[in-house]
Amino acid sequence: MRGLLAALKEITRYPSAMVGLFILAFILALAAYAVITIPYGEAIRLWRGGEATWRYNPRTAAPAWIDYLTPKKLLRTVILGPEDAQKEVKVLSERTRRLIFTYTLDYEADVFPSELAVVFKSQYEKKPPRVEVIWRTPDGREFSFGRQIPSGKVHWYTVSQDRDLIASLRGAPEEVLFQDPNAPEKTLKGIHTITIKAYVFEPEADLEAEVVVYGTVYGIAGTDHLRRDIWVALLWGAPIALAFGLGASFGITISSIVFAAIGAWFGGWVDAVVQRLTEIRMVIPTLPILIMVGLFYSKSIWVILAVLIGLNLIESTVKQYRAVFLQEKRTPYIEAARSYGARHLRIIFRYLIPRVIPWVIPSFVLAVPAYVFLEASLSVLGLGDPVLPTWGKLLSDAFSHGALYHGYYYWVLEPAFLLMLTGFGFTLIGYTLDKVFNPKLREI
Amino acid sequence: MEPLLRVEDLRLYFRTTKGIVQAVDGVSFELAPRTAMVVVGESGCGKSSLAKAILRLLPRNTHTYSGKIFLDGTDVMALNDEQFRREVRWKRISYVAQAAMNALNPVIKVGTQVAEPLFIHNNLTKSEAVNRVVEAFQLVGVPVDFVDRYPFELSGGMRQRVVIAMALITSPQLVILDEPTSALDVLTQANIMNSLKRIREELELTYILITHDISTSSELALDAMVMYAGQIVELGKAGHFFLEPLHPYSQKLMASVPTLREDKDLEFIPGQPPSLINPPTGCRFAPRCPKRFTTCEKEPPMVEYKDGRKIKCHLYV
Amino acid sequence: MQDQVLISVRNLHKWFELRKWGFIHVGFVRAVDGVDFDIRHGEAVTFVGESGCGKSTLARTILGLYQPTKGEILFQGKKLQKLGRWYRAQVGYIQQDPYGALPPFMNVRRILLEPMVINRRGTRTERERRIREVLEEVKLTPVEDFIGKFPHMLSGGQQQRVVIARSIVLNPKLLVADEPVSMLDASVRVEILQLLRGVQEAHQLGVAYITHDLSTVRYFSERIFVMYAAKLVEKAPVKELISNPLHPYTQALLDAIPDPDPENAHKFKEVPPGEPPSLLNPPPGCRFHPRCKHLIEGLCDQEVPPEFEVKPGHYVSCWLYK
Repeated sequence: MRGLLAALKEITRYPSAMVGLFILAFILALAAYAVITIPYGEAIRLWRGGEATWRYNPRTAAPAWIDYLTPKKLLRTVILGPEDAQKEVKVLSERTRRLIFTYTLDYEADVFPSELAVVFKSQYEKKPPRVEVIWRTPDGREFSFGRQIPSGKVHWYTVSQDRDLIASLRGAPEEVLFQDPNAPEKTLKGIHTITIKAYVFEPEADLEAEVVVYGTVYGIAGTDHLRRDIWVALLWGAPIALAFGLGASFGITISSIVFAAIGAWFGGWVDAVVQRLTEIRMVIPTLPILIMVGLFYSKSIWVILAVLIGLNLIESTVKQYRAVFLQEKRTPYIEAARSYGARHLRIIFRYLIPRVIPWVIPSFVLAVPAYVFLEASLSVLGLGDPVLPTWGKLLSDAFSHGALYHGYYYWVLEPAFLLMLTGFGFTLIGYTLDKVFNPKLREI
Repeated sequence: MEPLLRVEDLRLYFRTTKGIVQAVDGVSFELAPRTAMVVVGESGCGKSSLAKAILRLLPRNTHTYSGKIFLDGTDVMALNDEQFRREVRWKRISYVAQAAMNALNPVIKVGTQVAEPLFIHNNLTKSEAVNRVVEAFQLVGVPVDFVDRYPFELSGGMRQRVVIAMALITSPQLVILDEPTSALDVLTQANIMNSLKRIREELELTYILITHDISTSSELALDAMVMYAGQIVELGKAGHFFLEPLHPYSQKLMASVPTLREDKDLEFIPGQPPSLINPPTGCRFAPRCPKRFTTCEKEPPMVEYKDGRKIKCHLYV
Repeated sequence: MQDQVLISVRNLHKWFELRKWGFIHVGFVRAVDGVDFDIRHGEAVTFVGESGCGKSTLARTILGLYQPTKGEILFQGKKLQKLGRWYRAQVGYIQQDPYGALPPFMNVRRILLEPMVINRRGTRTERERRIREVLEEVKLTPVEDFIGKFPHMLSGGQQQRVVIARSIVLNPKLLVADEPVSMLDASVRVEILQLLRGVQEAHQLGVAYITHDLSTVRYFSERIFVMYAAKLVEKAPVKELISNPLHPYTQALLDAIPDPDPENAHKFKEVPPGEPPSLLNPPPGCRFHPRCKHLIEGLCDQEVPPEFEVKPGHYVSCWLYK
């Protein structure tokens, strides 16, 4: 063990390994942060929640930091709630009251909002209230629309989809309301006044309204087609990628070593069986089997991981390990162990296997990215875990919604960057470990 | 008599991750023609590196390679690598490397392997080469029909003879033998020593024999060189060294050699040879030396003692 | 105690089956082919022979690493049916290559602990005490400096001391030392051999010392057994054998061993021609007869010579002494 620690200390001498360790530390920190701030169940809920969970988010918005990279001022979503409103109540009759909410919106962005919506939250017993929206632009034009009866406790009035309004404005409301009449491609900056008039018809009835001006940028990572915060998936992708990559690599490496050691130590028919199984395994393609499992049995990432390890219990590396063990088996210290009475299992686990550990660690580390990528590939093929947010899942969604075609580059680049970063980190560390543990490769 | 080989202040240092290894550190000696000099010392004292330095078989991590080597009066250090390879190595000085018998190519017939230097150095035709191989095999005592065998079909002793034949085939003047019999059995060892003796007399060869087995080296040795920590500590006739070693290290070394026929109290040298990365200043043997005194902190000179012996020790100043 | 027989080997055979393609029987390699000897308590015996004569197979069979094909081993008078774990704990093993004999991933403490753990000896504190005891005995002191070291941090001589410490940690009765010093530097050899001798005398151990190097034998053992082609050809006390070798093979072997004498360079040695026979197809009769200059035709090449006791305690298997 001390040898391992010394080796780990030695890798700090290599700058490339330091970069790798730094990257790994970053990914680990990301994973830890994800697991701590968003518990597993919460992550699934957020990802599976659909639009209801994310209604206040803009659709396919770029990350907010894009704002700093472009000369144009982009728009973050503005939500004007009851606390932003001036509320006026006028009692019209014993039962009827008129509520007027006045909101002001200081619009400075160079781009149009991506959407407009008004949320009515009303309380009533039998007779629903009536509402109307009056929108006054900075240059004094006034538009009145949205005359309706909100149904239910929470009623979403999506202004951008109001066909009558679109028809009367001859354009998308989120553009017409914000454009400079003299230069239609530009926004008009200044203060918009939004007035919501509501009539309630019961003494106990009440109403609140929120005006949602959807921005074009959102959060650290932007949003997807379902308004979901991509950041959640990027965060949760880290622990999942690590768990999948490390788990697969660890399970497969350990089981292959154990089988190789058992075969090499006992020799004879045991060895023959292990060898034949290895050869059979070598001609069984993993990917199609995983695809079939995904299609017909379960897409759960943990099932796929178990199947992957199960399929590779006896991996082709068994052959390499076996060659090493066959040599090690004849070393004098093994003979000495037999002479003082060590039995088969003790020799295999305490004498044979520890000998190859230094040799195996680099290949174990180097194999991790392959399994991380495998999970991503399965997701892109549509066989990703349906409930868990993963990097592969992001890519898959981006792919199926034509992210690149529509110019949503962030949607593809963010998970791709993290995937590559992970692979890069493990590779840097792996190759350095290889140099440390196999000094023959070391330059003099 | 004009020396066959004269080495002056030869140095060979290697670069390693831990520092510079001074494997051969200022070695000077002369070798008369038709002699056999044995180089003895503990493992890691620079014996094999000396052989490599003379043959200019330098590893890639060579740090310093300096000094002068005169072969028959010509300065071979002045030759460039290509000239050296073509005119000196294997042609005038050949080499039987340590454990070379295990380094034969397993898939090439031994006859072909022995002929290899001929194709490289002498541009002989195949039939001429075959004749030379047959001669060389007869010389070292390998049955002639073995030319068509593969290395694994030969015993250890036969493989060693094949390797010696390979060193002799280009008719060199000087053969450097690095532990030529260390892995072999006693009878085989005696047999090969007999052959080496006979070949030297017949072909008027000169040998440098590198070994840690002093008893066996006595079969061949006419001159003796004792190395310690990259330097020569004693140089002289083999008889003087075997019967009356002068340097305290040589004395200890001889006292540790077990003898079959007489009873003696065996001794060992306590401690370990120094690291060649940071050798002690002054006499390098001083930390282990029973006769150490204050002057030993200074580098001892190479003292010319009687009978042409040289000893690097303050005791003989 | 001194004169009691510790281990007695009777008509021991170890044959290895040689197969072609894994199943077609080709023959047997007769690595040990009918060997008899006794080792007494506290006695060191040297087995000497050339490589391939079967001495290492003999060592492994005595150690219990191979089950004998035929013959029996009596240990302290008891006939052993199976060379199991109890027996193996009675025999310590010292190997040729000290570096290879130590697991590189274990430190000295762990290396010495393993035999005790496997054989369930002692409590934790007893084990720790025993480790210190044996390290002191092999003079790896101060113990604290060595107990945590890994093999690669030790010199060859120190490694071999750890191997010796491990071989005696279970308090065995017999040590098998297979070329214990041939990989070490000449200057260290003597040190290790003296240590081994000291350990042997302190515990009255029987020692089977296997070597091809006769020159060290006179200092470190009582009797020599000469092995040639899987058989013991001569057995005698050390001085008797060196001064009065009887078997032609022993004579040749002794003649071939040089002492450091400048005269050697000027004379040629007489060496028997040829090489030792294959153990797959050993020659009939005396196995040395094809190389022997005293060959008696019609006898040596046909009948296996029995063992003759020429002098008390000096046995030889050669028809010359009929």
